[in-house]
Amino acid sequence: MRVALFITCVNDTLYPRTGQAVVTLLERLGVEVGFPEGQSCCGQPQFNTGYRKEAVPLARRYADVFRDYDHVVVPSGSCAAMVRDNYPRIDAEATQGAVARTYELTEFLVDVLGVTDVGAYYPHTVTYHPTCHGLRMLGLGDRPRRLLEAVKGLRLVELEGAEECCGFGGTFAVKNADVSAAMGADKARHIEETDAEAVCTVDNSCLMHIGGTLTRRGAATRPVHIAEILAGTEEARL
Amino acid sequence: MSGTYLGMPSFPRAAASSTRDMRLRGNLRHATHTIRAKRAQAVEELGDWAQLRAAGAALKNRTLRHLDHYLEQLETAVTGAGGQVHWARDAEEANRIVADLVRETGESDVVKVKSMATQETGLNEALAKAGISAYETDLAELIVQLGDDLPSHILVPAIHRNRDQIRDIFREKMGSWGRAAPKNLSDDPAELAEAARLHLREKFLNAKVGISGANFMVAETGTLVVVESEGNGRMCLTLPETLISVVGIEKIVPTWQDLEVFLQTLPRSSTAERMNPYTSTWTGTTDEDGPSAFHLVLLDNGRTDTLADTVGRQALRCIRCSACLNVCPVYERAGGHAYGSPYPGPIGAILTPQLRGMQSELDASLPYASSLCGACYEVCPVAIDIPEVLVHLRERVVEGGTATVRGQRTTIKPAKGHAAERAVMRAARWTFEHPRAMRTGQRIASRTRRLTPRRLPLPGPGRAWSDSRDIPRPAPESFRDWWRRTRGSGSAGSGREGGDAR
Ligand code: SF4
Repeated sequence: MRVALFITCVNDTLYPRTGQAVVTLLERLGVEVGFPEGQSCCGQPQFNTGYRKEAVPLARRYADVFRDYDHVVVPSGSCAAMVRDNYPRIDAEATQGAVARTYELTEFLVDVLGVTDVGAYYPHTVTYHPTCHGLRMLGLGDRPRRLLEAVKGLRLVELEGAEECCGFGGTFAVKNADVSAAMGADKARHIEETDAEAVCTVDNSCLMHIGGTLTRRGAATRPVHIAEILAGTEEARL
Repeated sequence: MSGTYLGMPSFPRAAASSTRDMRLRGNLRHATHTIRAKRAQAVEELGDWAQLRAAGAALKNRTLRHLDHYLEQLETAVTGAGGQVHWARDAEEANRIVADLVRETGESDVVKVKSMATQETGLNEALAKAGISAYETDLAELIVQLGDDLPSHILVPAIHRNRDQIRDIFREKMGSWGRAAPKNLSDDPAELAEAARLHLREKFLNAKVGISGANFMVAETGTLVVVESEGNGRMCLTLPETLISVVGIEKIVPTWQDLEVFLQTLPRSSTAERMNPYTSTWTGTTDEDGPSAFHLVLLDNGRTDTLADTVGRQALRCIRCSACLNVCPVYERAGGHAYGSPYPGPIGAILTPQLRGMQSELDASLPYASSLCGACYEVCPVAIDIPEVLVHLRERVVEGGTATVRGQRTTIKPAKGHAAERAVMRAARWTFEHPRAMRTGQRIASRTRRLTPRRLPLPGPGRAWSDSRDIPRPAPESFRDWWRRTRGSGSAGSGREGGDAR
């Protein structure tokens, strides 16, 4: 099984730990992963802002770079959704193969590897925010929760209004800053109310917005990507 | 607010003030969250919801594809039943037709059933100019009219008001429009409803002309259908001598049987009821019963242009249930007025710019009034992929392209004010196309990471971000560099560097 990682631009530059965690996790599960260096951005910021033409070469590049792999694993619900939902609208023919082979991390674990207990250890209370694209475009369902529930030491606490958007939305956070901030404040308040030590998502971009709002409010809860929880074990804590 | 949408600011500017209005936020939050939960329950009760949703979408699609055929069938049926059909290309023409029809009756007062189409055309203001007073009889619409306000929700136009505010409006304004409210009126819902009932009853009994919209028009029999909860609409439809219905041309369904689908999905999606309390249907005129004259004004006003757009046309499937507004986190914070149109919320963000075009700053900002979270698509009973249309319209805003305007295929120029953004997007693409350049950029960012402040004092996008959120710092080492350092340059069997060397 030839598996490639797609480490999205936000992960690569701002949250490399997430990518490292994915490598640790998958290698522990016996998967040999590759990282084709020709990869860049999925084109979502361009596409969603209306610059479809700018996204076309990026979509084709993606299809080209990952052509030789059986699976592409993406630790981001929204970038995986970009590939699966929007590439067919951008260039169905050129991106066909890549679209079918792309999996968000939790999908890959549960559907392809068939595991929910990945042998992880994380002795903290955690609340889970299902990001919109993971929830509605990819239909991740309860996969992330099942993975989290199987983690040793982890206590999962419910989040009020969990399925409501955190207000990030890519360029929305800048173009409609006031509404975005108001949504972020409500999300942060609900997270604080859980008293959890960490808030977990499958997406670093939402986490960047949520985390930035939490620290500005001086909240104790810290943002953490699901890969970082799943990668830790009793022997090797992350 | 003062009775018109003209000259309203762009969405972000309007939303900036409404998000700070804590009373408005509270009213909206309470109202939308209550109905949201109920809707989910009402929908869950039906085992075949997914099929009903697909059937509704398919029905509307097929009807829209053959719209000309069904409209002609409708016209024949309405005429055959003693009604008269008028075709209105735009708002102005529709208003002129209605004003002339009212004038012919010699009346200067008309009662109205809540109608989105006449809000869209600004009929009340046009009638006022012609010396005709139009009285809104839907409770929420009455509150809006008395308060010299604009509607802010499709179904509950006064959703932004709470009981206190309504009591004050009734006390202060009812008297100047007809029967006054009792002096000691409290904010008890039953008392408020009673005051409105007495005020409106006087109107109904005196009215000679009624104006309505319709939720559906049945082509095979020429029948119009209104669904409502209060019964005030039925009074308007039956008591006057002349009835004028102004309806958008997309509201047509081929047969009575088609109603079966929508009469299940509409009430559950809008009011979370299994069946709506009043379903009124009227077909032309009937001797000795109901209005003796019936006029149907069929309104285009941008609809055939919308129909010509293969992605955007799905907006015409909308049955105005308002479910998308009630789940929308943006609508909940910004409020309905920020959308500058009788159609607020997610459906407004895709319908308004298509009906009106995107020449104004406001209309060009509407496709961006969404975080693309997809909650609207999920609840829509006719499966309108609102995020898809939003992105499609964004492309038209920033890149221009071909569109149909007043029946002509035209090339549209990009909206003003996007040149800098376009340049950034193009530069970003170049960088992403050259991963080596990207890596250099990352290294610079990493080395200067301590210079990235958590808050930015300057105006611009960074400021908008850092006003309420800390800015993340680039990591000391990117994933790419970490991979190189720990694994060498090998990418486990793939030498593909893509365009790296270009
Ligand atoms: S777009 Fe869909 S959910 Fe929104 S009002 Fe129309 S039918 Fe209802």
